[in-house]
Formats: sequence, C-alpha cells, structure tokens
Amino acid sequence: MNRREFCKKGLLIAGGLAIPLSALELFNPARLLAEKADKSKTRWVFLVDTHKCVGCGFCVKACKTENEVPYDANVTRTWVERYVITKDGKAHVDSPKGARDGFQSSKLDQNHAGMLEIKEEDIAKAFFVPKLCNQCDNPPCVQVCPVGATYQTEDGVVLVDRKWCIGCGYCVMGCPYGVRFFHPVYHVAEKCNFCYHRISKGMKTTCVEVCPFGARKIGNLKDPNDPVTKVVMNERVNVLKEEYGTKPQVFYLGLTKEVK
Amino acid sequence: MKSHVWRPLYVALGIVAMILVLRMFIVPDDFGAHERGYMYGWHSKGNEAVWQKVSVKYKGGDSCKECHKDNYEDIKNSPHTDISCENCHGPRLEHPKDPIGLNIDRSRQLCLRCHLKLPYKASDRGTMKGINPDTHHPQEQCVLCHYPHNPTREAKK
Repeated sequence: MNRREFCKKGLLIAGGLAIPLSALELFNPARLLAEKADKSKTRWVFLVDTHKCVGCGFCVKACKTENEVPYDANVTRTWVERYVITKDGKAHVDSPKGARDGFQSSKLDQNHAGMLEIKEEDIAKAFFVPKLCNQCDNPPCVQVCPVGATYQTEDGVVLVDRKWCIGCGYCVMGCPYGVRFFHPVYHVAEKCNFCYHRISKGMKTTCVEVCPFGARKIGNLKDPNDPVTKVVMNERVNVLKEEYGTKPQVFYLGLTKEVK
Repeated sequence: MKSHVWRPLYVALGIVAMILVLRMFIVPDDFGAHERGYMYGWHSKGNEAVWQKVSVKYKGGDSCKECHKDNYEDIKNSPHTDISCENCHGPRLEHPKDPIGLNIDRSRQLCLRCHLKLPYKASDRGTMKGINPDTHHPQEQCVLCHYPHNPTREAKK
C-alpha cells in the first residue's frame, strides 16, 4: 500500500465512522417534550402501580364522596378490579360495587353466576388493577359528542358540561374503557376528571390523597423533574387498549396480558 | 311561476332564519374551538371554571395535626402511618365548624379491606397480615382488642 492509497482509505474509514456516530446521537426525552409544538405547561397524567395495590378500595369510597356520586348507586368514577388467574390459564375478574368496600370475600362475585370460589393451590397469580379515566390524547368520547358538551382542556383533562349534555349516551358507548356513565341525579354523562377542582388548586386527586400504599400517583408530563414523568420516561410502563389508538395517559406498572 | 310554488321555500327559509336568531341568544359567547382545536376543544370556556369550583371535601395532608396532636403522633409512629385520617374518620369538610364531629367508621368491614387474608402473591396483598373473618372472633369489632392508631399496641380501654 503506497501513501496515496493509505490516505484515501484512511479518509474513507473516518468518514464512514462519522456518519453512524451522528445518527446515533442520543435524544433527550425531556428536551423533546419541551420542544413540542403546543405551548401549554401542564399535561396531567396518572401512574398506577399494580404491585402496590392491595384492593382496599379507599380510593373508590373517597372518590364517590368527593365528587358527589351517589354512594349507594352502582356507578363510580374509579374502581378496582381483582384478577385471579388460575393455573389452567383462565382469568377470573370481579369488582363488587366497584370495590367501594374493598374485597370483603375471597370468593369472586360473578353477578348472576353467583360467587366463585377458587382454591389457593389453583391460583397462578392474583392482583388488583385500579381503573379510572385515561384522559386520552385522542379522546373518542369527545369526538362523538354531537353538541360540544364534552371537551378536553389545555392541560389534557376531559370534562363534561352538565348544562349542555343532552344525555344521548354516544360518549358512554364510545369510550373503550367503560369509564363513562350517567349521573343518577343530574341525568347527564359523568366521568373521572382527575379531580379537576383539586389539581387546579395544586392538590392531588382524592384517590391519590387517600391511597395508603402509593399505588396511585398523578403528575405533569410536561415537567421533566416530576417523579411521575421520570417513571413514565425511564421505566417499563404500559397502557390499556393501546390498539384503539386513543393514546391513553394513565400508565400502569406491572400490567399483564390478562388485564383488559 | 305561481307564488304558491315558492311558498314552502319561504317557510323553510323562515325556519332557518329563526334557528339562527335563536342560536344567537341560546349559545353562550364563550362557545368555540379552544386550545385543543375544533375536534377536541369545542366547548363553552366558562364550564372549566364550574368544575374548578367544586368543593374540596377531603382536606388530607397534615391538617388534623394542629388539634389532634396525640392521635396524629400515635399513627405517624406506627405501621399504619400511611393511612390518611379521613379513610376511617370520613371527609373533613369544614370540620370543626361544619360538621362539629366526624363519623368514625369502626366497622369490622373497614379493617377487612386490607386485613382479610388473601393469598395473592403477585401483589403486595399476599404479604399483608390478614385474618379469616369466619374464624377470627367472628362479628366482633376489631377495635375492641386492637388500637387502630398503632396496631402494635392493645386497644385503649
């Protein structure tokens, strides 16, 4: 190899190395968020740790009182589901009264099919999953509203205007998560709104406030230093029914395929 | 063309005009596509304030400490430290003004929310201390033997 050839090949290798290096430049998710087109400073998101939830149902009890959802009506803005997966691969789910009183029996409430008893030795895994409104980035419930009664605020919370809701129920049908229902007193669509009256005062939602186990957390995704944002960015979180394209904003730690 | 042919058209135009006029009065001025655009943000802006005005019932935090220092310190130094006062004592609302006293839930069912033994190893429930309510002093109130502010101590007599 003569000098001319050595220089040529040397330059080629150096150039070749430079390209993948620039392509591999790591992007900073925090900076990426800050540079997003919309200028709002807040995007409320929720984080649920299913490992920590023990199904006490204090969140459901407090939510119903705080948000004036009739206590004995079988509707609730948030609820807790119990999943018992047996060794034959079957998933058994129950949520008596939305777990307003927790789970007072080891038997699973299967409605008309009665109470289902599962022997301890048959259980492969069992756990609790709290559910609430996902405050989707593409909320289907808002799209289908024919009168502009439901909408999304700048900080990402989906609200219902009780004055404008005509009670057609399209949104109740449109929500893939079954979060919406009719308010038994006002007869209009009702849903979890991350306790909008509390979070806009700088407080936590009621369910977060009363959870003794830290299974529920609320945070601002636009704030890179928010503990919830850090978990969503850096840990293995999952969302419910991603295939619907709704871009849900309630993130779960410890989901398995049985959870719907 | 005869005028009676046109008449239904005038009626239709009249109805449209009437709807437009009524709309001016009924639809509030703050109705429009706001921050989230036409698809997700079409609403009356004033409704956001309506939701923000809902009263806060669960005051949470350390607001009980000022008056109930003894009980507060008992529970803060116990395994029950993370249980909010309002979970058992009910929402504070405007207490002590309104209501003057709170309704304490001393029921067995309240304790069983966590302490019913469930062998669920995939969640933290599986490692919690629990009882079988059918064999562990059935029907009795837990607080007769256990002090809820610190379960490591015996009940106050």
